[in-house]
Amino acid sequence: MLEIKGLYKTFNPGTVNEKKALNGVDLVLNDGDFVTVIGGNGAGKSTVLNMITGVYPVDKGKIIVDGIDVTNLSEHKRAKYFGRVFQDPMTGTAANMEIIENLAIAAKRGKHRTLRFGVSKKDKEQYREMLKTLDLGLEDRLSSKVGLLSGGQRQALTLLMATLQKPKLLLLDEHTAALDPKTSAKVLALSDKIISENKLTAMMVTHNMHDAIVHGNRLIMMHEGRIILDISGEEKKNLTVEALLGQFEKISGTQFANDRTLLSN
Amino acid sequence: MSGFIGSLPGAIAQGIIWGIMAIGVYITYKVLDLADLTVDGSLATGGAVFVVLSTSGVNMYLALLVAFVSGCLAGLATGILHTAFGIPAILAGILTQLSLYSINLRIMDKNANIGISFRNYNLMITLSNINKSLLVGSLFALAIILILYWFFGTEAGSAIRATGCNAAMARANGINTDMNKIIGLVISNGIVALSGALLTQWQGFADINMGRGAIVIGLAAVIIGEVIFGKIFRNFALRLLSAVIGGIIYYIVMTFVIQLGLDANDLKLFSAVVVAIFLGVPYWKSKIRLGSRKGKEAGANA
Repeated sequence: MLEIKGLYKTFNPGTVNEKKALNGVDLVLNDGDFVTVIGGNGAGKSTVLNMITGVYPVDKGKIIVDGIDVTNLSEHKRAKYFGRVFQDPMTGTAANMEIIENLAIAAKRGKHRTLRFGVSKKDKEQYREMLKTLDLGLEDRLSSKVGLLSGGQRQALTLLMATLQKPKLLLLDEHTAALDPKTSAKVLALSDKIISENKLTAMMVTHNMHDAIVHGNRLIMMHEGRIILDISGEEKKNLTVEALLGQFEKISGTQFANDRTLLSN
Repeated sequence: MSGFIGSLPGAIAQGIIWGIMAIGVYITYKVLDLADLTVDGSLATGGAVFVVLSTSGVNMYLALLVAFVSGCLAGLATGILHTAFGIPAILAGILTQLSLYSINLRIMDKNANIGISFRNYNLMITLSNINKSLLVGSLFALAIILILYWFFGTEAGSAIRATGCNAAMARANGINTDMNKIIGLVISNGIVALSGALLTQWQGFADINMGRGAIVIGLAAVIIGEVIFGKIFRNFALRLLSAVIGGIIYYIVMTFVIQLGLDANDLKLFSAVVVAIFLGVPYWKSKIRLGSRKGKEAGANA
C-alpha cells in the first residue's frame, strides 16, 4: 500500500537553525492498516505525513503508493491518493465557502475540474445524507459558511471531505489536538467509524499515548527522526501506557521528556 | 447645486466604467486575496490596443475583444512572475506594470496620447451621448457580472475561490493553486483592459498615464461597495454589483467635491485618503471592540 524507503529530511541545512527532522525512515503499510504514530515533540511525526503528501520536497529516499512512485510529484498531483485532516481545524476547510461547496470541492479531489456547475441537485441530497451521519445538525446548514462552524464541527466536516472519495491512505495529523476533550473524543470515535466502515488504510499522529494504544491495529513510535518501535497484533492490544513508556525509555535511553503527564492522561 | 445635479449622469456613466474595472480588482483582491498592481498598466494597455486598432479600421467589437485579450496577457505575465519566479504578488504586479509603460508606448507607436473622436467613429460609450453611455455601460457591467457569477459557480471557478480562501486546503484537495492564481490574474486583467477600452471611448482618447492610480480607484470602489452593501449582499453576483455601485458612488463623490471647489489636481491625494480611511475603519473597529472587552473584563475582575 504505502512504502517509505530511507527517507531523510533536514530543514534549514547549513544554518544555525539546521534541524534534522527525518533520519532514515523506513515503513511499509499494508492494506487496511490503521497505524497510530506517537512520539515526543520534534520526533518527526508530522514531518513524515507532510513528506508523504508532498508539502516538503524529499532530501533522500522514496515514497511509493500502491506501486506508484510519488516522491517527485507535486502536492496537488498526489492529493488524489490521500485524504488529510490537519491539526488546525482552520486548515482543512475553506472558511468563506459554504459547507456544500467545500464538500463539492473535496468530491473532485484528483479529478478534472470542469465548467459544470459545482453543486448538482443530486449531489445535494447525497451530501445531506452524509452530513446526517455526523450527527452534528450540519445537514440543515448546507449553505452556511464553514467559518461559522466550531472547531469540532470543522474537523468532522474535514474528515468527511477527506473520505468522500475513498483515499488510498487517510492521514490524520493530530486532528483532535486543538479540540476540547469531549469534542476530541467525539471526533476520534467518528474517525474510527469512518475508517472501519470504509475499510480505509490510515495513519494517525497523536500526542496522546492512550489514544495511540486504543485506536488502530498497529502503533509506531518515533524518536529523533527515526521509527524506534513498531507494534501490531496481539502485542498492540495488550499494550499499556506504562509499558509503552518503559519501552521508550529502554530504547531511546532518555525519559519520555516532560510531556509525561500530557501523554498519559 | 444645479451644476452638481446636471453633472450626475456623466458621473454615473464614468462610475460604471470604473466599476467594471473594480470587478477586475474584486477578483484579485477579494477572491484571490492578492493585491495586484498590474491594473495600473493593463488599463492603459486596453485603451491603447483599442484606440490603435479602431483608428486603423478594425471593427470596434473585435478591437474590444483584442483589448480584453491584451489585458489577459498582462495578467499572465504577473501570474508567471508570481508563481514560477516566486516573486511576491505586489512586486510581480509592479514589474509588469512598469514593463507595460514601455509596451503601451510601443503599441501607440511612441505617442503618449491618441485621440478617437465621436465625430469620426460610432463609439459605444461617449461623453457626447450620456444616455447611450449609461445604457451600454450598464449592459457591459451586467453581462460581465452574469458571466463571472456563472464561472465562479462551476467546478473550475470554485477551485479559484478555494485557492484564494485557503491554499493549503485547496492543494490537499488536488487543486493546482499556482495555476488557479494565474487564471484569476488573467481574468481580472482582461476585465480591467476591457474597462480601459471603454474609458478610452468615453474620454475620446487613450493616454499613456490613464491607468495611474487605477488600483486605488478600483479598491475604493470595492471597499465602498462592501462597507455599504456588505451586510445585505451575500450572493456573489450582488457582491460584484456592489463593486460597480461603489465605483458609481466614488465618481458621484468626486464630482461633488470638485463642485465644492476642490482642485482637480488634488483628486488623487483625495482618493488615496478616502481609501486609507475606508481600509482603516474596520481595523479601528476591531481594536475598539477588543479594547472595550478588555475594559469589561478588567471591571469584572475588580
